[in-house]
Amino acid sequence: MGDRLHVETVEAAKQNPSFAKALTDLLFQLADDDFILAYRGSEWLGLAPHIEEDVAFSSMSQDMMGHAVMFYEMLEQLGVGKADDLAQLREAKAFSNAILVERKNGDGEYNDHPHYDWAYAIVRSYVYGLYKQVRLEALTQSSYAPLALVSRKMMTEHRYHLMHWQVWLKQLANSTADARQRLEAAIAKVWEDAGELPHLGPNQGDIVQFGLIAEEEQLKQKWLALTKDIFDKAGLDWPGEPGVPQERGRYGEHTADLVQALATLSEVYRIDPAAGW
Amino acid sequence: MQMRLEHADLTENEKLEAFLARIDRGEKIEADDWMPDDYRNQLIKLISMHGISEIMGALPEKEWVPKAPTLRRKLAIMAKVQDEMGHGQLLLRVAEDLLEPLGKTREDIMNDLFAKRLKFHNVFHMEAPTWADAGVIGWLVDGAAIITQSMSLDTSYAPYARALHRICAEEKFHAQHGESIVLELAEGTDEQRQMLQDAIHRWWPALLMFFGPPENGNITSNQEANMRYKIRTQTNEELRQVFLKKYLPRIFHLGFTVPDDTIYFDEAEDKWVYQQPDWEEFKQIVKGNGPRSAHRLNLRVMSYEETKWVRDAIMSYGRQVG
Repeated sequence: MGDRLHVETVEAAKQNPSFAKALTDLLFQLADDDFILAYRGSEWLGLAPHIEEDVAFSSMSQDMMGHAVMFYEMLEQLGVGKADDLAQLREAKAFSNAILVERKNGDGEYNDHPHYDWAYAIVRSYVYGLYKQVRLEALTQSSYAPLALVSRKMMTEHRYHLMHWQVWLKQLANSTADARQRLEAAIAKVWEDAGELPHLGPNQGDIVQFGLIAEEEQLKQKWLALTKDIFDKAGLDWPGEPGVPQERGRYGEHTADLVQALATLSEVYRIDPAAGW
Repeated sequence: MQMRLEHADLTENEKLEAFLARIDRGEKIEADDWMPDDYRNQLIKLISMHGISEIMGALPEKEWVPKAPTLRRKLAIMAKVQDEMGHGQLLLRVAEDLLEPLGKTREDIMNDLFAKRLKFHNVFHMEAPTWADAGVIGWLVDGAAIITQSMSLDTSYAPYARALHRICAEEKFHAQHGESIVLELAEGTDEQRQMLQDAIHRWWPALLMFFGPPENGNITSNQEANMRYKIRTQTNEELRQVFLKKYLPRIFHLGFTVPDDTIYFDEAEDKWVYQQPDWEEFKQIVKGNGPRSAHRLNLRVMSYEETKWVRDAIMSYGRQVG
């Protein structure tokens, strides 16, 4: 550990195939998490509880989509494929996002009887956001310099998202009995999946060995400590150790929800991926 | 203070005369200024309709936001539709100030929309079945909106003028966004060009209707009042001609047609002569009986009802915190 690895450029990364592989695997996790949750956010457009929130939520989904684009572009630079193809032409089994981000917003389709759950939207966005904060912090120390650099940039934007969700959590936790109950139900639902967020997938050994990011357990403990503090401050009971879903998203195992999401988001592009759009 | 006391001593008629004199001098009216009920009502009608149209106008494009074909287009259309919602918010704030003395709130505006008492622009009742429709909305619908809104930039009601200045600046980006989608399709494959041609034909009657029926010399009392108060300065037909002069040459230049075989430019009259759309159909559409009216209204009503608990919770929290 004394001589920590430093890879300054994409060319240097490509010279070491196992480093490039570990970096690619990690970047897919980062890109897919943000991409799919931003997609879920975009489905909420026009349906938020009030117009001001519609504007704010949409703005945050854009930021998140912007982050996904940056990660896909880093993959493109590594020669993995065209960013648009990576986002829209891979099958579900090639995606390595956590299951939490792919879950539907509620019953119905975004344009056909969407019975969406605002409490779930808040809790999912916030719990994921808190993990993302911990992950970005860890990435600022990454051995791959371009990744450390973009992570620092993203953290500035991301801080505002966390503030936004904190206000929502505090308000709903301390308002009506109905809101409190819905919030607690949403926490329970998010908690069934949340434990998977810090997982680093099948290549975790190399990912950590090459110093791309801190190890799973460390990320998990930091994130849980941060989240527990937030829950305490909002007067919410701590739900304990988070669960993990049946499917292992980081291993390419996914639910039908992701298959549906990918079919929708790539519908136009797939008409003719070779054409200009 | 003294001015106000003197103003309060005037009779209603004298107040009206003083108000009209301000209008004639080109002065701008602020929300707290005295204004005749008629002026207030005209503004409420116009601005709530404009605000709600922005909000309902987000829905046809919303259909394409999650499906936008490239990462760049996904980012651009998310930003665009967010802007439209933001315009709606800005305008509803202006309308809320006007409604306040009447004891009404945004809730009343929403309920008027749901009960079809408050209309929104005809274009947002129409189908948008392909990605090319998203392009045509950005390019031609927003293009048409810029023309009508630019007319009102100099409106006598200052808060509306301020909102419009910001909105028009953003709308120009939207029209560029739409034009960029359209140009990409126009330079694309045969299938893409066909998709665009179909969308232009589909939107043509709605675009003509957008400006409202031609006056043919008969200005309605509504329009007359709006012109007297300098809320608006041009007629429906004048605005439509501005639109046709700007966009028809561009459509033809790209090699596309409009569904009107007899359309021509009359050099002597300096105007486009076109086939009238079905104005009876227009009436039905804005009454809320267009092809997608029910679907989009239902979407809005449903989301409003299902998130009522959230607004109740915020109110409750607000009361506790004071």
